[in-house]
Amino acid sequence: MIADPLIRATGLAKIFGTTRVLNGVALDVHGGEAVALLGSNGAGKTTLLRILATLCRPSKGTAVVAGHDCVNDAEGVRKNIAFVGHGAHVYEELTARENLKFWMALGGGPMAPSTLLDALGAVELDRHADDQVRTFSAGMKRRLTLARLVLAPPRVLLLDEPSAGLDQRAWKWVEDYLRTLKESGSAVLMTTHSFNRGLEVADRIAILASGRIAFDAPRGDLASSEVERLYALHTEEPA
Amino acid sequence: MSFARRAWVVAWKDMLVERRSKETLNALVFFSLLLLFVFEFTLGPDRERMVQVLPGLLWLGFILSGLLALGRTFVGERENDCWDGLLLAPGDKSAIYLGKLAGNLAIMLTVEALLLALFTIFFDVDFLPALPGLAVIIALGTVGFAAVGTLFAAMTASVRAREVLFPVLLLPVQVPLLLATVKATEAVLAGESLGTVAHWLKLLAAADLVYFVAGMLTFDFILEG
Repeated sequence: MIADPLIRATGLAKIFGTTRVLNGVALDVHGGEAVALLGSNGAGKTTLLRILATLCRPSKGTAVVAGHDCVNDAEGVRKNIAFVGHGAHVYEELTARENLKFWMALGGGPMAPSTLLDALGAVELDRHADDQVRTFSAGMKRRLTLARLVLAPPRVLLLDEPSAGLDQRAWKWVEDYLRTLKESGSAVLMTTHSFNRGLEVADRIAILASGRIAFDAPRGDLASSEVERLYALHTEEPA
Repeated sequence: MSFARRAWVVAWKDMLVERRSKETLNALVFFSLLLLFVFEFTLGPDRERMVQVLPGLLWLGFILSGLLALGRTFVGERENDCWDGLLLAPGDKSAIYLGKLAGNLAIMLTVEALLLALFTIFFDVDFLPALPGLAVIIALGTVGFAAVGTLFAAMTASVRAREVLFPVLLLPVQVPLLLATVKATEAVLAGESLGTVAHWLKLLAAADLVYFVAGMLTFDFILEG
């Protein structure tokens, strides 16, 4: 028997004013699976993630995450997910350690000083634990956000452009983390523009175009050049 | 994590951010000074006139500086998408409201204490004999003002014209509070006891309770948008 997917979007539509961003998105992501979501700018990738993260309500359709409806049981969804969006969710005036402590305290995660330092060490920020975040680069802020994932591994991880601002070492750490997370049975859905970063760890590739999932297939042995060709095929506007 | 602990964490974060940036406090101190200069120039040396309008001036100072402080309540949350982080944190969102309210009260009471000291210097008024009664009125007035102000600040945080909309929404709701605080302050400064203004104090306490409960009950809906 196949277990229910941890992410299930059915007929999802989102309309902003007169603009229809999503138009019947259907997508399943099972536990232990990572799906890379590709799409051109404005395709609706971030909107889809925000709906699944309960930050935005769909105009039509249903989204169920970890068995909880994203509209009717947002609290149930929030207990099971982590969302890493474009913003780093950090306070510039606080130190890295204080930021981590704040979010853990608010979300009910572990807060022991040694645990916090270990999490910062995992993303190589332990030397900057007591530096104010205002002195951090964009990549360091991103790493600080990722440190929260170390402390509270989620059942469902939603990543919006996870490689943005990260150097090779940090990205390698993300890939290792995602593999470990998958092995523990969690589901990962990430958006990406890169045909290299993100695809390595993905089990499936989905392409979002014209508000729908235009392509969804196992990554298998697809080379990045093949993915690039498929992407062009589904996203390029006719001349 | 208990409700009180979550509220405390939010208040601790806000106060720590303010202690380091001093953005709101610096602006409010400067604004208060300017306000007092304006009052001083407008009233001139006429002491009798000044005594008559002192309660109104005092609360005008509190309200105007409070508007500035409250309006900034959620500005910091918009940076780096921290608002989303608050929304995604599991648990009762009214704890966030309580924490924000506590942070606002700390800033507003600090500025009000400073304003009282500045009034003493600028207008040569001795608040000391009336201070216990005045402290009760100020505390009750500030709690009500901050309770509804924190709620409206959340409501207007994502609105483009929030600087305009925030006072337009907040000030009409403050009318009963303003009336009660000015009348009670007037009586206390005239040497009357708190007992003589009990009816105003009851109105203030009732308004505080209504605004606070309304804030606790509706904050979740407002945060969710």
